[in-house]
Amino acid sequence: MSQSDDFSRQLGPIVTPTRLAYLSLMREVEDFYFREADLLDERHYEAWLDTFSADVTYWMPMRKNVAWEDRDRDITAADDVAWMRDDKTILTKRVHQLLTGIHWAEEPLSRVAHLITNIHMSEPRGELPEGAEMLVKSRFFVYRNRLETETDVLVGRREDQLRRENGQLRVCHRKIIIDQSTLMAKNLTVFL
Amino acid sequence: MKSFNGSARDLVNGRNGEISRELFVNKDIYQEEQEQVFARAWLYVGHESQVRNPGDFFVSKMGEESVILVRDRESRLHVFLNTCRHRGMKVCRYDEGNTRNFICPYHGWSFSTDGRLVGVQDYQAAYQPPFDRDQWGLVEVAQLAVRHGTVWATWDRNAPSFDEYLGDARHALDTGLCAWDGGDGETELLGSVQKWIIPSNWKFVAENFAGDVLHAISHRSVDMVGIGPNASEGRRDNPGRLVIVAHEGGHGFVYGIKPPDPERTDYSESAITAAYFKECWQRRLKRQGDRAGVSPLVGTVFPNMSFHGQQPRTIVVAHPRGPTQTEMWRVYFVDRAAPEEVKRYLRSYYMRYSGPAGMTEQDDMENWNYASAASEGTIARRYPYHYKAGLGAAEPSDLIAGMVTNAPVTSEQNPRELYRRWAQFMDSADWDSLRGGASR
Repeated sequence: MSQSDDFSRQLGPIVTPTRLAYLSLMREVEDFYFREADLLDERHYEAWLDTFSADVTYWMPMRKNVAWEDRDRDITAADDVAWMRDDKTILTKRVHQLLTGIHWAEEPLSRVAHLITNIHMSEPRGELPEGAEMLVKSRFFVYRNRLETETDVLVGRREDQLRRENGQLRVCHRKIIIDQSTLMAKNLTVFL
Repeated sequence: MKSFNGSARDLVNGRNGEISRELFVNKDIYQEEQEQVFARAWLYVGHESQVRNPGDFFVSKMGEESVILVRDRESRLHVFLNTCRHRGMKVCRYDEGNTRNFICPYHGWSFSTDGRLVGVQDYQAAYQPPFDRDQWGLVEVAQLAVRHGTVWATWDRNAPSFDEYLGDARHALDTGLCAWDGGDGETELLGSVQKWIIPSNWKFVAENFAGDVLHAISHRSVDMVGIGPNASEGRRDNPGRLVIVAHEGGHGFVYGIKPPDPERTDYSESAITAAYFKECWQRRLKRQGDRAGVSPLVGTVFPNMSFHGQQPRTIVVAHPRGPTQTEMWRVYFVDRAAPEEVKRYLRSYYMRYSGPAGMTEQDDMENWNYASAASEGTIARRYPYHYKAGLGAAEPSDLIAGMVTNAPVTSEQNPRELYRRWAQFMDSADWDSLRGGASR
């Protein structure tokens, strides 16, 4: 018996109610992220704000170069300085600043593409009832090009706490980890 | 200055407020600055709170070069060039930590926290006769000084003491870097360093913070949405009466002078912060009387350390990386004795203000970026920049020592003075002539 035959035997029938429920929820999660990426890349910033709960923490810690024995501390902690640690009010102000049309760092606006991949629930499940939360991890590859040749590539991962609110998925905690220690972009005006 | 036939003074005409674009784009001038300015001036290295315990180290920069700020086993501070004396490898590639020795990964030389070469691989067999290890320790700065927790160093043993280097700018550091109550209480960093690279000459950063009130217009977008600590508009609480102050050493500050009113309502967005601030302010009033409200909002210590003393409280160092590239290192500081909730609130306020995600700083960087880019061309370089605001407006003041302009507050006096001093550094052979050059 080949190895792959053995593997599928362990998994059991491909279509079971549990698996279908999982796939359906996974599909909903992926759609959520792809739509979010569209909202950002098509510059619907105010609609993008609606993908977050009112109590969201939007947190972008920094990375450090530390010795092997300190490797667990190579991402700055919640009570340390970060690139960004916003609540919904400040996140909304960032959007409003863009909408003034005189936020020179984004005027004219950047051309941005968000590639969101490797999406997975940290604990696979088949449903997310109203009010419940789950941790979803993903990777981002964000390309930003501006004016003539100004180009940044920001790559890293997200750890999102998703909650179901009024039937919809919302991000209620987002941790964004950019894989750079010294940031090589001149600013972080692009939402991740 | 060798890069141009003639002197740096030809490029800097402080008297009529015209300064050549070559200062901001020219490769040869940039290279010469490394020797003339950064190898001689006092430079900010770090903060004592980053190296509290013996063996604690923090890797910093002085100009383009990596240095290690370390507290040795006897609790003394040192600043060393981060390079092995054997074959040049960086002996420390971590941002921070605690160690007994710095061990070079290349050939295994090891250095103690006081810089001595204490281990050489194959020392007995390979080196006959043995070489004198005392001569091959880490390269150490010539002088080091600490002021209100900030650590400074210079490579030049002939440089004046840090105290003398600051001159009357001491007042700005003593009132801008101290604890809120103006007493002996310590400050500490709110945490890690934000480091990022911007496509701009370092001097745009230095002059901006030295005193460029005219650029406030570039922050209109953030003022419109309002990120200040007063729960309404703007970026700050009332900054008070602005006064422009420059010093002989090229240091420049914008003071924000507040009346001695005990009932200040700063930080109204956060009740606990407002209460702590008011309590500190009243202690400061008791201590300093009418002068309690005389302190800098923002300023630059020549050449490249800038700080905001009131709102936010932050230090930035514009490390040169090339004629049109700068590495920004920004830290935030706070009273060590402040309640945790106050620290948390201030951290959040400061972070939305400054840094690469700072809603204020972002627009500055856009300007520095494209001002550098648009000054590189052959034709562009023929036209000097214009620094004529407030020419000749300085007047004697009994409130603050130095060259003081009360009106117009949009005076570009401080950048003019910064470049006057810069030209002296570029033209002077040594500190003896730099000392003489301090007289106008």
